[in-house]
Amino acid sequence: MTTALHEFPTVPTPGQTLRAARRARVHAVLSGGLTAALGTVGVALGLSVIFGGPRELRVGWLLPLVGVQLNLDALGGLFVAVTGAVSAAVGIYTVGYARREHLARFPLTVLPLFVAAMMLVPAAGSVTTFLLTWELMAAASLVLVLSEHHRAEVRSAGVFYAVMTQLGFAAILLALVLLSAAGGGDSFDTISASSGDIPSGTRTAIFLLTLLGFGSKAGLLPLHAWLPRAHPEAPSPVSALMSAAMVNMGIYGIIRFDLDILGQGHPSPHWWGLTLMIFGAVSAVFGVLQASVATDLKRLLAYSTTENMGLITLALGAAALLSSYGAMAVAALAMTAALLLILSHAAFKTLAFLAAGSVLAATGLRDLDKLGGLARRMPGTTVMFGIAALGASGLPLGAGFVGEWLLLQSLIHSPHDDTTLLMLVMPLSVGAVALTTGLGIAAMVKAFGVGFLARPRSAAAEAAREAPASMLTGMGLAAAACTVSAVAPVLFGPLLERVLTALPTLGGEAAGPMLGAYLRLPGVTGSIAPGLIAVALVVAVLLALALARWGGRHRPAAVQAPLWACGADSLSPRMQYTATSFAEPLQRVFDNVLRPETDVEVTHYAESQYLVEKVTYRTLQADPVEQRLYTPVVRAVTAWAQYVRRAHPGSVHLYLAYGAIGLLVVLVVAR
Amino acid sequence: MSWTSKIRRVGRMAEPATPTPTNPANTVEPPTGVTGSLQLRHVDCGSCNGCELEIAGAFSAVYDAEQFGVRVVASPRHADGLIATGVVTRNMHQPLLNTLNSIPQPRVVIAVGDCAVDGGAFAGGYAVVGSVADVIPVDVRVPGCPPSPAEIIAALRTVTGR
Amino acid sequence: MSAMSVMSVVATLLQVVAVLVGAPLVVGGMRQVRARLEGRAGGGVGQPWRDLRKQLRKQQITPLGTTVVFALAPAVVAGTTLLIAAILPLISLGSPLDPAADLFGVVGLLFLGTVALTLAGLDTGTAFGGMGSSREITIAALVEPTILLAVFALSVPGQSANLAAIVAAAADNPGQLVSPGSLLAFVALAIVIIAETGRLPVDNPSTHLELTMIHEAMVLEYAGPRLALVEWASAMRLTVLLGLMANLFLPWGIAGADPSPLGILIGFVVISLKILVLAGALAAGEVFIAKLRYFRVPELLAGSFLLALLAVTASYFFATPTN
Repeated sequence: MTTALHEFPTVPTPGQTLRAARRARVHAVLSGGLTAALGTVGVALGLSVIFGGPRELRVGWLLPLVGVQLNLDALGGLFVAVTGAVSAAVGIYTVGYARREHLARFPLTVLPLFVAAMMLVPAAGSVTTFLLTWELMAAASLVLVLSEHHRAEVRSAGVFYAVMTQLGFAAILLALVLLSAAGGGDSFDTISASSGDIPSGTRTAIFLLTLLGFGSKAGLLPLHAWLPRAHPEAPSPVSALMSAAMVNMGIYGIIRFDLDILGQGHPSPHWWGLTLMIFGAVSAVFGVLQASVATDLKRLLAYSTTENMGLITLALGAAALLSSYGAMAVAALAMTAALLLILSHAAFKTLAFLAAGSVLAATGLRDLDKLGGLARRMPGTTVMFGIAALGASGLPLGAGFVGEWLLLQSLIHSPHDDTTLLMLVMPLSVGAVALTTGLGIAAMVKAFGVGFLARPRSAAAEAAREAPASMLTGMGLAAAACTVSAVAPVLFGPLLERVLTALPTLGGEAAGPMLGAYLRLPGVTGSIAPGLIAVALVVAVLLALALARWGGRHRPAAVQAPLWACGADSLSPRMQYTATSFAEPLQRVFDNVLRPETDVEVTHYAESQYLVEKVTYRTLQADPVEQRLYTPVVRAVTAWAQYVRRAHPGSVHLYLAYGAIGLLVVLVVAR
Repeated sequence: MSWTSKIRRVGRMAEPATPTPTNPANTVEPPTGVTGSLQLRHVDCGSCNGCELEIAGAFSAVYDAEQFGVRVVASPRHADGLIATGVVTRNMHQPLLNTLNSIPQPRVVIAVGDCAVDGGAFAGGYAVVGSVADVIPVDVRVPGCPPSPAEIIAALRTVTGR
Repeated sequence: MSAMSVMSVVATLLQVVAVLVGAPLVVGGMRQVRARLEGRAGGGVGQPWRDLRKQLRKQQITPLGTTVVFALAPAVVAGTTLLIAAILPLISLGSPLDPAADLFGVVGLLFLGTVALTLAGLDTGTAFGGMGSSREITIAALVEPTILLAVFALSVPGQSANLAAIVAAAADNPGQLVSPGSLLAFVALAIVIIAETGRLPVDNPSTHLELTMIHEAMVLEYAGPRLALVEWASAMRLTVLLGLMANLFLPWGIAGADPSPLGILIGFVVISLKILVLAGALAAGEVFIAKLRYFRVPELLAGSFLLALLAVTASYFFATPTN
């Protein structure tokens, strides 16, 4: 927010201010416009590939030795289209946001680059190209996370993100080098063709390494820790891009390498699917638990991303597991669920982060405990966030409902005649999905009810005003996407069918579910009609309103009245439930998992120990995984580094000797 | 003795109901015109708690005011009437008005006990604003110090018409 | 729409109307059973209807600072419940909306109503409203796993989560109903219904003390017609869920997908009897128990979750081979 001040340390003249403002506007329009245009191109390209067949592009001169190979097929096309759609909404939004929040020129320049890099990842057709675009995406996102680098929390989040993303990259690098070496080539086509010959040990190593690398990008447990740090600290359009589009690339990687390329040769072993399901379920439940007790709006949304990526991974795992048992029809169902969840998550998470951004721009607050009363001050933004929250909670009429419904259907219709593993795994998965949905509802009710309804809990929230038209337009696009996936998923039907057909290892040849006005499942009895439910619900609500008019002619005129304050004159806004108090029961119920640090301090009067002067209650909800897993590791690394430091006393002679010894070792080994 | 056999042995505790009051001179038109439903919000304006005990008695199993459609509710928004006990003290003056104003129209006010009706033993006290009738319009008065549950119920039935 | 399905539309409409009219009577009946077992005379079966009519004639009060969420929530709760009443196979199996929403959809609609009311509680900005919302949503979150697992267990025999299919499968194969899986699912679902409708021992619907409230605390600010709608809706929720329970586990007397007028009549009488018996049993049971401390409720729900999990596993392991 103070970046502009940094650029002008002296008091600017009116002319300078005017010129600076004009320049800022031009930058915002250019950057946002370019992002939106790139996004639109991405959507068009993705759709043309899905419906028109794969496209190839080879630029031999761009990379030495191997060249850049772009190869977009239906699966990649889907991810390019999703990224494009998110970018289009974010781009338009950025035009208004950049001016309101004074985004600096550098991040505005990197934003379209980031979008381009993200769209190149699914288009990469060879290992080298993939690694290059992946790193480009990671670097661009890191720069964007650091937009407000003058704040200490941002820098700390940036370091966290940089380390984790690079460790993830190292794992991916290793896996793809292995894959390329074993598959006998650089391009994905070559590797796919010979992937059946890859020895099973190498396959296992590649699977585990890619799971590590892509899992960390997707924010799966226990590699999620960068997500709740980086997303809140990045500017909101960037959070939206990262949370709705970039994390999808982790899912893309798992589908592409583990399920598609490695699945070409022979079916994946049972434990691959099972591992994915376990990681997915644990991430989903842990993510949603953290979201349900989070009080920072953007942190809550970041944890909700972990939750949704967990659900998607669970669906992927179910698809892999079921197809490894030969239940191709149900596997296709699970895969459709995964793809639909990716679409709906992208839609509602974009919207949620953009709405959170407009709250941040209007109030400077992310803390739900200080928000409230925005519904009257920012009605547009409130409606937008409401649509997003409904989508995230997985309730009917929400964007996420149909995807979760398909996932549940695939889980309950799995074959159970003679496979004990499926008999045990599927009920537990349903339990995990259900707990995730239930807690997700609680988290979203908290975010919307405490953040937007009720009365403002601080002066900043009191003074909030509505976002400008460009921001609302960007959000409106995302809201439209939410509405489509909520009531008319039929529009996605042909799209998903084409993508599914391109994935023969996951039941692509079996018919997927029919996404008509009625969603019907092939081979099993089960159907749902979200559009019809929506219409019927509107009719039912109107009927209920009509019933409430009964007896109206006997009724005195309706009035507005102050709140019932139990006889007192008025209720102060501080008496309201806050996000912390709202989530307190859940925090207590899941005490063992969440491990909150609570501290009650009672001060007595000096005169008498029976009279209490004041009671202080403090609670801190940190990430228990981070504390228990990361802190010891970081500490160990630090200790080890201290030890290694002794080898760097500062003597040039010694360093020359190191160099000479190193060279000798290399020569001996290379010989 | 098990719960079931106790329930069987005790049977019905509630006293048989006396005939519904029909004399128009003594009855109050039910606030909404619907007979047999009256929800009350109770306000203790400064009572000695004698009347509270009797009101509790009126809703006990023996008197069972609920059989005449009367219920005590927590929120004045759900109530049709205010049942006030005790003399109005200075501290409870404003809360009494706030409670009355929170009750949606149409509504009745029932003053229970001598203190609420005319100030009783505390009339003219330094901490006292006056009787309930001095502060807000009262529709039904139940004199007595304290009035018996039967008297309270008889008064309530003039409002519910049941 | 063919002439055949006209009767099923009639049956569905009758379901909705019967729930609208009958729900307050069910609640009145339950209160009456309780009153008589406690030695009281009771207000009579028609008392909730009298209260409703009276509330509908009272002034509507909109508390200052509330939004459209507060104003619309009662209608949303009532609307979702009416829609559920139209979907469920209560009188006949062939509701035109049956293919539009399976049991997962019905559960979703139920939660949509709950969410609307919790948001309304928060919207008032009172301490009690927030408290009620927080408690209600916590219970709802913990109920969801049980309810979906129970759905899972029930869907195993019929191989579908669509209600007509489940009920038809159970009617065709009544032996399935006394299987361990089905019985466990019954108990799990019963606990869930008690929790979702705010009955003892989870919530005390007749408490006057705000601090002990769950459901009631959210609706403290409602007056007049909106309050009437809230109470009507909560009676309808109870009725509809009892009806669902009755037909899932006692699937007899339900008119078919293409019912005759006589079938509809029989279906109506039978479901009314089933609901009354279940409601009476629930009310009689409530006499013997006290409300659980709020933080003991999760233990009850965890128990029901376990039962539901066992129900699914049992229905897998004891499933009669279908082919």
